[in-house]
Amino acid sequence: MAVTRLKRLIGAVTAAALVALVGACGSDDSGGAATGDGDGDVTLEFAQWWGAELPAGEFDKMIADFTAQNPNIKVKLLSAPYASTKQQLVTGAASKTLPDVVGLDGAWVNDFAKQGAIADLSKLMSDAKYDDSQLASQVKYKDATYMIPVVNFVYPLFVNQDLLTKAGVSKVPSTRTEFADAAKKLSTGNVKGWALPLDTAVPNGIQNDVMSWLWASGGSMLKDGKPNLQSPEVKSVVEYVKSLNDAGVIAPGLLTMKEQDKVEKFSTGQVGMMIDSLAHINLIKKNSPNLKFTVAPLPAEDSYTGKRGLPYASWGIGVSNSTKHKAEAFKLVQYLMSKDVNAQLSTIANGFPGNKTAQPDLSKSDPLFKTAFDIYQQGTPANEFTGLPKSEDLMRSFDEQLQLVLTNKSSVDDALAKAQESWSSVIE
Amino acid sequence: MTTRIDRRTEPERVAPAAGRRAPRGIAQRLVPFGYLSPTVLLIVVLMIVPIIMVIGYSFQDNVIVTDDSEFAGLANYAKVLSDPDFLVALKNTAVFITVSMVAHLLLGLAFAMMLNSKLLSGVTKALFRIVYILPWLFTIAVIAVIWRLLLDPAGVLNYILQTLGVAQSAVDWLGDPDKALWVVTFANVWSGYPFFMISLLAGLQGIPGDLYEAASVDGAGPVQKFLAVTLPQLRPVIISMAVLDLIWTSQQFALIWMMTGGGPLNSTEMLSTFTYKQAFSEYEFSTAAAAAVVVLMLTMILAFFYVRTQRER
Repeated sequence: MAVTRLKRLIGAVTAAALVALVGACGSDDSGGAATGDGDGDVTLEFAQWWGAELPAGEFDKMIADFTAQNPNIKVKLLSAPYASTKQQLVTGAASKTLPDVVGLDGAWVNDFAKQGAIADLSKLMSDAKYDDSQLASQVKYKDATYMIPVVNFVYPLFVNQDLLTKAGVSKVPSTRTEFADAAKKLSTGNVKGWALPLDTAVPNGIQNDVMSWLWASGGSMLKDGKPNLQSPEVKSVVEYVKSLNDAGVIAPGLLTMKEQDKVEKFSTGQVGMMIDSLAHINLIKKNSPNLKFTVAPLPAEDSYTGKRGLPYASWGIGVSNSTKHKAEAFKLVQYLMSKDVNAQLSTIANGFPGNKTAQPDLSKSDPLFKTAFDIYQQGTPANEFTGLPKSEDLMRSFDEQLQLVLTNKSSVDDALAKAQESWSSVIE
Repeated sequence: MTTRIDRRTEPERVAPAAGRRAPRGIAQRLVPFGYLSPTVLLIVVLMIVPIIMVIGYSFQDNVIVTDDSEFAGLANYAKVLSDPDFLVALKNTAVFITVSMVAHLLLGLAFAMMLNSKLLSGVTKALFRIVYILPWLFTIAVIAVIWRLLLDPAGVLNYILQTLGVAQSAVDWLGDPDKALWVVTFANVWSGYPFFMISLLAGLQGIPGDLYEAASVDGAGPVQKFLAVTLPQLRPVIISMAVLDLIWTSQQFALIWMMTGGGPLNSTEMLSTFTYKQAFSEYEFSTAAAAAVVVLMLTMILAFFYVRTQRER
């Protein structure tokens, strides 16, 4: 009996010690990832996917310049691919352990802000007396800024000029009718006119490759901030995409095609046209140095004469709401948004600056960037998913309905009604 | 000269000695706990605590995304179990794990018997051993990419089929809702059979040769030897492997996510992809937790059978 009691006692003590140890491991009263080393220095953690997409070492050099200018602030870069960064930040936001400074996609802002995971940048800008008129755009939640786009990447129409010439199309299509006509002429043998990635794992094809048709003609999928998917404009887009699919001009495998498959098919001459990020120009040229292609504004409705909407995605930046060093974190934001640094970052990223006064050095870039910059300046950057709640889920539910339409399992009207119902439950 | 032990006095002589050894006894008894503590700590931190937290989340609403979540009873379970997408995922998972397990077993057994055959030379067996085990050496990400490339409408498989005249036009293997589930199951079978093969080969090599000799003396042919000697001898290995494979395959996420993402039209949606979407796309951590607990319960049933078969052995 005594031995049993002793065993129980030891077991209880061990369990208590473990619980205490777990508690000690789990507790974090520092209120964020930043650490101070006692002599006034602050180390900021900066999680982003940019470092992984920029030429090796370039981003580290820029951050080294920042730490040289601010000797009391050290920056620990946490660079990972986009998908890993997203997962890390979703988890960090949930557990209120976000790194001090975070790279953001506009699609995440609403949810992170709602969770209280990211800080109100309007207040930080005000505290730092920062002039926000130099910012090209700001992503807001309830009238407060939570994300500042640092670099913008536009999604123009990529056209394989060799294939177009071979198909007897003399002019890059500018309207929906011209595009459909060119796509039909391009579709011979193993070549197809257009690639449409509708994979549901990462359903951003809805944003980049489907809704872009709507925005190009000045349309909107929202009305007064609410979903408006049964409007004639959205319906015409879905009907147009279906007509292209029925005509057999879209590359097969579209229902599970990913963005990288689309770029691969364009690079290898399997499709003549695609809507894609300007950031992929270097990749395409590296993989297919002999491919002759150009970029153009997205085709609009035949009767449309207004400014063309041009989809874009951003490398955005935000500050953790749980960091104790918001002022230091905002200094890093200010540094990246400053005129020269922002221009430099945009140049090496092959994007367009988030600071209106910054000018990317196009002389060092591919001539296509100059063309794209002109398109960017003449058009209107458009991305209505930015700032919406659960935007990936919205894209996925629309994607599923579009897939039903393309496989003739649903009518356009029914699909849009169901998508509207699904979106309405999310966007209140 | 005999020595007589007075038993009445023995306790008096032993007691002081035992009393002196008592502190050392406690220290000795603590030693195993000391050895166990790192493992116990890891199990508690990495398994027990997360499982308890997930179970707790499944009974609350709006967990994680808000600080003021409330007790919701079984509402999340009711929501998940009545979700048509969940039921589709449950059905797909059942098909996926059952077909995968049966195919793993049949292929693994066939290849193991071939590698255990006396009809082949040592060099031939070594060559086939290397070839057969290759799929097991690839990570899931590589397997997903390989099969996506091979099965692309403009990929190698379609080229071969069209060149041979088997198919008139390119087959959309992954994009066709009627084919996608079978295709991802095939890729999973391809990637997983070597583990069965190796385990069964070890089992085959452990069967005493005199059993086969005795069967031959009794006039048994190859089929009868297989049915009366090989299968009964392999039975414990087969049952253990089958149950473990059902558990492992039910947790397959990366292959599905990278090949089809659960599409097209939910035709390859599994419990794992459903749960992931609930958590990381819809930010519905409460229903994701409820779905995860349902998966845990189903896996526990399989684990129960596994433990029982192990005890029987």
